[in-house]
Amino acid sequence: MYVELKNINKTFNGFQASRDVSFGIEQGQLVGLLGPSGSGKTTILRMIAGLEYPDSGDIIINGVRVNDIPASKRGIGFVFQSYALFRYMTVYDNIAFGLEVQRSRKADIRARVAELIKLIGLEGMEKRYPHQLSGGQRQRVAFARALAPNPQLLLLDEPFAAIDAKVRRELRAWLRETINKVGITSIFVTHDQDEAIEVADEIIITNAGQVEQKGSPVEIYKHPATPFSAQFIGQSRTVENYAALNGFEHVAGFDRAIVRPEFIDVEKRGKRLMFESAAETGVVESIFFRGNLSELTINLGGTRIIANRALEAEEVAVGEEVSVLIYRLYLYNDSAVRLAENVLIRDVNTVFI
Amino acid sequence: MKPKAVKKSATKYILIALAVLFIAVMLAVPLATVLVYALRQGWDTFAAAIVDPYAIKALKLTLTAAGTTVVLNTFFGVFASWAITKFRFRGKQILTTLIDIPFAISPVIAGLVFIYVFGRIGWAYPFLQAHDIKIVFAVPGIILATIFVTFPFISRELIPLMQSSGTDEEEAAALMGAGGLRIYRKITFPHVKWGLLYGIILCTARAVGEFGAVSVVSGHLRGKTNTLPLHIEILFSEFHLTASFAVSSILVAMTVVILVLRNIVEYRVKREERSH
Repeated sequence: MYVELKNINKTFNGFQASRDVSFGIEQGQLVGLLGPSGSGKTTILRMIAGLEYPDSGDIIINGVRVNDIPASKRGIGFVFQSYALFRYMTVYDNIAFGLEVQRSRKADIRARVAELIKLIGLEGMEKRYPHQLSGGQRQRVAFARALAPNPQLLLLDEPFAAIDAKVRRELRAWLRETINKVGITSIFVTHDQDEAIEVADEIIITNAGQVEQKGSPVEIYKHPATPFSAQFIGQSRTVENYAALNGFEHVAGFDRAIVRPEFIDVEKRGKRLMFESAAETGVVESIFFRGNLSELTINLGGTRIIANRALEAEEVAVGEEVSVLIYRLYLYNDSAVRLAENVLIRDVNTVFI
Repeated sequence: MKPKAVKKSATKYILIALAVLFIAVMLAVPLATVLVYALRQGWDTFAAAIVDPYAIKALKLTLTAAGTTVVLNTFFGVFASWAITKFRFRGKQILTTLIDIPFAISPVIAGLVFIYVFGRIGWAYPFLQAHDIKIVFAVPGIILATIFVTFPFISRELIPLMQSSGTDEEEAAALMGAGGLRIYRKITFPHVKWGLLYGIILCTARAVGEFGAVSVVSGHLRGKTNTLPLHIEILFSEFHLTASFAVSSILVAMTVVILVLRNIVEYRVKREERSH
């Protein structure tokens, strides 16, 4: 493990921001700390950086316990949410700052800054000031400034929060590519699951100061380990009385279930070709056009679920009765999650294939 | 549309006229009077009052006291505002409130405080006597009183500026290993420099004109502990009206210079704010 947190606790004026946080990160990985606001993800990042100190527990970077090492000696690059570019310095001076602090040779500084400016694609803008740059350009400069002194670890606090939606998509891809190219171990904080899933090699889900789950985006998505992960990831909807649904039976100890749009298939009545017996009848309550698909809210005997429907599929209308096939559910209680498949689909499969 | 626009411009001109009238009656006419009275008995009398050795001594003392005060207050103001805005500590609110006390207290009381501490009846008197240090009725007392009266000016100017700039940039620099002095020089100072200069100018203006507190601790020793405002008061109470107005005109001239500087700096501050 390159970065390791062991039993970290941190309290701010009676508010427990970290509860017994432990996890490890392999060298060269790009890790996303994902959680709702106030879940303690930024506190974890700031403690790794040395901007906050844990009340108890150990932070180990590259085999060395860094708890008592000041931020400036940890060899960490940090990209702030607001970028914190030095507003009275040019792009060049911003990037060169860390190298000047280290008293590098002038020629080395010039070469390194030129290299980074090329990396972030801002050639010719060395003399500009931060207020003369766009949001995306500022973020790139902040990134280059953090990388300039060759840190061993790069930390990014909500790196895309201050950028508008379109540029954000481009920057995500760019950041991922660039970090892979540089090969630096990186941890970023985000509250946006799409961002985490798209950018990170590994995701750590935090909630109420605790680590809920750690795994690859696919693992997190497909195998939520805790009720919180199951509800937080995806467009999850809770179903209270899941045993009433066709194909699902009550499992002792699990009173509620979660359903995501990708578990649901919606068909016009009478148009379903297979598994009609496994389907339910629901009423379309509303339709939202989402650009690449339509989002339907369907009332299934009092339970509202959300389903997606492709644009090329035959249109359904509000108030229309539709056939709803639910493939699987995540059953959960206060402490556990388990997957439940639609039994009727399985039965049909065994009979016919 | 038109009647409304006309009405609006009428309001505008009435307001402007009122403001101009008020300033003329309250400020311009009195200031002009100073010059008129100063020159009433001719240029020679005017010059004689100004080059009078006591007047020159008073001018020198005023400049010394104001200069020392501004240097010390700048030093204090910069560090106090730095501490208050960039660090977290207990009692910060109390410190902020204490800094404002001179704005709330009458300068006469400020003067009396020093008499009660360092004067013949003060508790520090035996110690000062034993070490042959003179504070009250001497130059150090005048400087102390001026410092007391003017010390909030610079920190009051700096605190809001430094607060608005946050601590992110400083944290970023500290993370890269920059020391406190480099952080101040490269990041904090460029942000506050015009505000600081503005504070220094206000502080100078107030220090030059301070009368109340200085009057209490000075003892009015002519040629020794008389500042310009005190000298003017003495001339006036001795019915040397022309001389008192002539010396006043020195103070007026200094004020005008300070005002012009203030405006230039204010313009720069505004331009700076627009571009960042």
